[in-house]
Amino acid sequence: MIPTREEWTRALEKRHGTELHSRFSSAVVAICGLGGLGSNIAVALARVGTGKLILIDFDRVDIANLHRQQYKANQIGQYKTDALAVNLREIAPYIELEIHNKYITEDNAVTLLHDADIICEAFDDAECKSMLTDIVLSEMPGKYFVAASGMAGLGSANSIRTRRITNRFYLCGDEICDVSDGIGLISSRVMLCAAHQAHTVLRILAGEFET
Amino acid sequence: MVSVNGAELDIAGKTIAEYLASTNYDPKRIAVECNGDIVPKAKYVETILQDGDSVEIVSFVGGG
Repeated sequence: MIPTREEWTRALEKRHGTELHSRFSSAVVAICGLGGLGSNIAVALARVGTGKLILIDFDRVDIANLHRQQYKANQIGQYKTDALAVNLREIAPYIELEIHNKYITEDNAVTLLHDADIICEAFDDAECKSMLTDIVLSEMPGKYFVAASGMAGLGSANSIRTRRITNRFYLCGDEICDVSDGIGLISSRVMLCAAHQAHTVLRILAGEFET
Repeated sequence: MVSVNGAELDIAGKTIAEYLASTNYDPKRIAVECNGDIVPKAKYVETILQDGDSVEIVSFVGGG
């Protein structure tokens, strides 16, 4: 039996308090890329009661994704946007989701991200990360941007960190370990970086800022 | 002098593009922060570094 919306709200308010729950539940967070980072960020934010997620990815679920991304074997071949929406609604049935099955470019980013309060960069490709950073932070005043760089390999969990680069730009990761070096991406270390990003989003919403 | 990632460099008067050309940075894989703001790639050629500027260059690596 799935709880009612009122029961769900009461449970989250009991856990987080009405003030924090109000901040989380009124937030709109965009997640750009739904791979190892994006799918894990989405699960964390859905569980905590984030009001609305804007989920953007062009890709389909592949067998090579399942070792680190929040999809299931029976979802191989589905669009990641569709598959993640199903999985998130099983976790948090009352979350509002806006999905875009699109490749984010310099031309469509501002339109796609217009309604977001906070934007998470969760791409795989370094040039895409750089492109989105420039666009959001130079053309979208008022948005917070939480990006990631460096989470590949079996290096220490403790080297994943969050740095505040500008008032509205946070960077998570070790800033060193490239996916093309060594053994590539390992589930737990990607999740650590995704958790840093999700946690940064919640700290921004709560008004707790890094110095 | 201009502070770049904490190092004091004698590059005042150069543009960001000119400075980057003298380094190993790939402009397509970085973000440049100058005095608290991100300078987008299209402005590297017209942004002249001033004495006392504080610059941070963030490098992106692949994986996600």
